[in-house]
Amino acid sequence: MIRLEQVSKVYKTSTRPALENVSVEVDKGEFVFLIGPSGSGKSTFLRLLLREEVPSKGRVYVANFDVARMARRRVPRLRQSIGCVFQDFRLLANKTVAENVAFALEVIGKPRHTIRKVVPEVLELVGLEGKAERMPHELSGGEQQRVAIARAFVNRPLMLLADEPTGNLDPDTSQDIMLLLERINRTGTTVLMATHDHSIVDSMRRRVVELDLGRVVRDDARGVYGVGR
Amino acid sequence: MRASFVFSEVVTGLRRNITMTIAMIITTAISLALLGGGLLVVRMIDKTKTLYQDKVEVSVYLTNDVSSSDNGCVNDPCRTLHSALRADPAVEDVDFENREQAYERFKRIFEAQPELVKLARPEALPASFRVKLKDPDRPEVITQTYGGRAGVDTIADQSEFLDRFFNALNGFRNITFAVALFMAIAALLLISNTVQLSAFTRRTEVGIMRLVGATRWYTQLPFLLEAMVTGLIGALLAIGLLVLAKLSFLDDVLADPISAGVVRSVEGLDILLVSPWLLLVALGVSATTGYVTLRLYVRT
Repeated sequence: MIRLEQVSKVYKTSTRPALENVSVEVDKGEFVFLIGPSGSGKSTFLRLLLREEVPSKGRVYVANFDVARMARRRVPRLRQSIGCVFQDFRLLANKTVAENVAFALEVIGKPRHTIRKVVPEVLELVGLEGKAERMPHELSGGEQQRVAIARAFVNRPLMLLADEPTGNLDPDTSQDIMLLLERINRTGTTVLMATHDHSIVDSMRRRVVELDLGRVVRDDARGVYGVGR
Repeated sequence: MRASFVFSEVVTGLRRNITMTIAMIITTAISLALLGGGLLVVRMIDKTKTLYQDKVEVSVYLTNDVSSSDNGCVNDPCRTLHSALRADPAVEDVDFENREQAYERFKRIFEAQPELVKLARPEALPASFRVKLKDPDRPEVITQTYGGRAGVDTIADQSEFLDRFFNALNGFRNITFAVALFMAIAALLLISNTVQLSAFTRRTEVGIMRLVGATRWYTQLPFLLEAMVTGLIGALLAIGLLVLAKLSFLDDVLADPISAGVVRSVEGLDILLVSPWLLLVALGVSATTGYVTLRLYVRT
């Protein structure tokens, strides 16, 4: 599903590479934590998968796309197969919950009848049935993140990238969000989650890829946060 | 592509930057109205030129001596001149006007000023040949050939006056175009600025659109259409301004010269013919500016 082959990334403004000779392979349906301190290259890793950046060296494959070499006009196809969730939710404040989710489908040209059918389904999946007409500011942080997850998942992407999705949430709410991500993972969706949250990583016991100064320093099939440092 | 989605995005965008939108529409409208005004002046000049084309005459005035002695142009040098002019290949038609006829015409021209007529005596007016040319643009042929001949006093060429008249009109047109150009630059910068502002206020939306895999057309078309819609409204307003200027101002100011046959009026038809160009220019310029701005300033 994801394959990075000896990928290095050097930003123009920096002499130290953000990623250095990174090779990682993630299979379809896996749940992977990407951990490491700030500046370790987690964000660059995710941005490479979305082709927000292209690697300075090496190859990046996502699904069937040769991400680093694909034509620009095909990038939207790649991104339609990836769902994204962020720490700051990134909801549209002037749209309701349902409209926020529908927006992701409207802008890729899905027909209206499809949108009308799948939006309530995905809102039910994330546990927001009955809140479709609420505005984002009327919701708690956890609920807002559920909306963001619904929006990321509504097009049934092959994989879900989550960048610190629990970074703004309290532990209990974080647990709920993790349960939701697990449920999405069980539908066969690959989940790649960048996080700092020790307790979540320790309790889930999933594969852990740890980055430090742009290098992969650990890749455990059933890891915890603290070991190996 | 979902037309309704794009359309609602455009409307929201225009409403959100309402002050900028209005400024953009006004500058576009003024610059296009000036452009249209310039084009109308061009049309008016062309039409007025054809109006004068068949009227341009060269007057060959005869000396006082000839004027007083030869009333029917039967003696030399008048007779020789007359036949020479008639035989001249550059001349279309020639009429002899003696002193009395000149006086009659003088009275007709100045009938509104009887005191002037009272002062004038037939003896003060010269007899003349009124020469109509085959090619009205080359009156100097007559001046060169007949100036200084026996019996010829002076040769008056109306086209000199007309040239000055048309120069004035051309100057007016050039000034209009120049001001239109400056306004167009202002309009251009405003369009560019508004597109940037619009893209900035909608950066979250655009960010999400890119993230979920919207094509570039989907993310950028709303901005482009916004610029084009304001351009279109500006053009329509400009056409309205031209019609208003014609009805409330031009028709009045030019009423006398028009009825006297000095200039041609600006017809509704003229405005109708100029309008498509204004619309085309507005759409073309706003679309190009919008596109270039998006390319330069907005990440895709």
